[in-house]
Amino acid sequence: MSTLTPAAPQNFGPARSTSPTALNTGRTPRRRGKARMDPTRNNTAAGIAAWLLALLFAVPVLWMILTSFHSETDAATNPPSIAANLTLDAYREFFGETSGVSPWPSLINSATASILSTVLVLLLAFPAAYALSIRPVKKWTDVMFFFLSTKMMPVVAAILPLYLFARTVGALDNIWFLILMYTSMNLPIAVWMMRSFLAEVPEEMLEAAQIDGANLLLILRKIIAPVAMPGIAATALICFIFSWNELLLARVLTGVVAGTAPVFLTGFVSGQGLFLAQVCAAAVVISLPVLFAGFAAQDKLVQGLSLGAVK
Amino acid sequence: MTTATARISRPGRNAATPSQNARQRERALAWARRAPLLPALIFLILVTQLPFVATLVISFMNWNSLSPDKTAFAGLENYATVLTDPDLRQAIFTTILLTVSVVLVSLLIGLGLALLLDKKFIGRGLARTLLIAPFLVVPVAAALIWKHALLNPTYGLINGVLTWVWSLFGSAAAPQLDLLSQAPMMAVILSLVWQWTPFMMLILLAGLQSRPMDTVEAAQMDGATPWGIFRHLTLPHLRQYLELGGLLGAIYIVQNFDAVFTLTAGGLGTANLPYAIYQTFYFANEYGLASAAGVVVVIGTIIVATFALRTVFSLFKKEAAR
Repeated sequence: MSTLTPAAPQNFGPARSTSPTALNTGRTPRRRGKARMDPTRNNTAAGIAAWLLALLFAVPVLWMILTSFHSETDAATNPPSIAANLTLDAYREFFGETSGVSPWPSLINSATASILSTVLVLLLAFPAAYALSIRPVKKWTDVMFFFLSTKMMPVVAAILPLYLFARTVGALDNIWFLILMYTSMNLPIAVWMMRSFLAEVPEEMLEAAQIDGANLLLILRKIIAPVAMPGIAATALICFIFSWNELLLARVLTGVVAGTAPVFLTGFVSGQGLFLAQVCAAAVVISLPVLFAGFAAQDKLVQGLSLGAVK
Repeated sequence: MTTATARISRPGRNAATPSQNARQRERALAWARRAPLLPALIFLILVTQLPFVATLVISFMNWNSLSPDKTAFAGLENYATVLTDPDLRQAIFTTILLTVSVVLVSLLIGLGLALLLDKKFIGRGLARTLLIAPFLVVPVAAALIWKHALLNPTYGLINGVLTWVWSLFGSAAAPQLDLLSQAPMMAVILSLVWQWTPFMMLILLAGLQSRPMDTVEAAQMDGATPWGIFRHLTLPHLRQYLELGGLLGAIYIVQNFDAVFTLTAGGLGTANLPYAIYQTFYFANEYGLASAAGVVVVIGTIIVATFALRTVFSLFKKEAAR
C-alpha cells in the first residue's frame, strides 16, 4: 500500500475507492472507516485540550485587563476578587489624575520613534529588496546574509560607542537619534521580509510588462503593489512592534525629554503600596498598539517573524 | 530583434569601439542594479559595523570614565577579567542557562500546541488568536504583570488561586509560593517561556501545515499508528522548522534585557550578560570591561549564528534556486 505515496493527488481518489489487491479487500473498508473516524474523535479531545491551554496562556492577559478595571483595594486581595465592581479609576490614575505625571509625552515619543523609524525602514528596505529579488544584483545571497548577520550582533555589543557618540555630539535624549537606532535595528529584518514578499511577484508578469514598454512607476503600481502590498504592510507592522517594544536603547539613550513608553513603564518596576490596578492599566494602554498591529498582521506574522523562511 | 538593439544603442556612444561600448554599458547596468541597494547597505554599515569596531578598540583599553587620567592600553586584561570575575562568569552561565531553558521549553510546549491547533475543532481561529496574545504584550509590560499581578507573594494571582482552591476543601493553610525571591531564575524563565511559546507555535504550525498530506493519509491507510506517523513522518518534516524556531528564538533570548531588568533587576544570580554589560558601563563606568564583555557576547552569538545561518540557508536556497 505504500506504493500509493508517489501517486498524484488526482489519482489518489480512485485508487482509494478500488481495493488495490485482492488480499486486502476484506480489510480495506474497515480500515477506511477507522481512518475517517479517528480524526473526528481526536478532534474533540484535541479541541478541548487546545482550548484549555489557550485559556491558560491567555489568563495573564485577561487578568491584566480585568485587574485594570478594578479598584486598588479589590486588585490586592488574596484570594482574588474576580467579581469586584468595575471602575476606570486605575486608568485615571495612570493618566496622572493625582500624581500630575502624564504618560502622554512618553506615548507620543514612542509613537514618533516607531512610526518614523518604520517609514525610514520602508524607504531604505524597499529599494534594497527590489535589488535583491526583482532585478537581483550578482551575489545577492551574500548581501542577504550580510544583512542578517548585522541582526545577530547583540545591541549590547554596540551600545557603548553609540552612547559615547551621542553624548559627544549632543544627541543624547534626542528622539531623532533613537529613530536612527530603531531604523538600523529593523532594517535587516525588513529587507529579508520584503524580499520574500517581492519574490512572490510572478516573473512572467514582470517580463510581459517590460516587453510592453511599461515604465518602472507603472510596473511598481500595477504589478508589484497588488501582489506585495499585504506583505509590505505586515513588514511595517512588525517593524512598528519591534520599535514600540524596545527598552535597552531607549533607556540608555533617552531621558526626561525623549523617554519612550517602555521607559515610562520602568517607573513601575519597584513601586510600593497599592498600585496593582494602575500597573495593569499602564500595561494595557501601552500594549494596545502592539496588540492591534499584531492581530492586523496575523496572517503574515509567521512569514515576517521567520524572515520569510516559512510561508 | 533589430528594434530592440536600436532602442538600446544611443547615438552618442557610436563613436566608441563596440567592445568598449558593451563593457561600459554592462558596468552602467550593474551599477543601476546595485544603486537601490546602496542606501540601506551604507546606512547599516555606518550604524552597526562602525560602533562594533569601536567596541573592539575600547575592549583593549583600560577606561573608566570616573578616572579618565588612568585611561591606557590594557591588552587582554579586560578579557581576563571577564572570564575570571565571579559576577561576569556567573552572567555568562546565566545567559546560557536562560537561553537554553527558555528555547527548549517553549519549543516543546509550542510543538504540543501546534499539533493540537493543526486539527480542526470548533473555535480554532479564536484559540489561535488567544495563544498569540502573550507574544503581543510589550515585553516590559509583560514582565511587570508577571512581577506584580501574578507572582507577587501576597496578592499575586498564582497564590490567590492556591488560597481559593485550598479554601474549597475547607483548608486555610494553602501553600504560598514566592518565586521572585526563592527561585528568581524560575520566575524569569517562566515569564519568557510564556512570551516565546506563541512564536514557536506559529512557526511549527506553519511547518505542520506545509506537510504533504497524501503521505500521511497513505500511512494512515497502511494502518500506521498516530505515534508512528508523528515519529517517522511529522517529526522529520518539522526538523527544519524546529531548528529555525530554536535558533531565531535563541538569538532574541540571548539579548534579553527587559525581563531580567524588570523582574529581578539582575539580583540573585539572574543577571545575564546584556544586563551585566549595561550595569558595567552605565553605573560602574567601566567602559573597557563592558566592551570586552560585549565582544564575548558577539563571539558566543557568532557560534550560535553559524548554525542559525546554516538552517535559514537550507530553507532559503530552495527558494533562491527558482
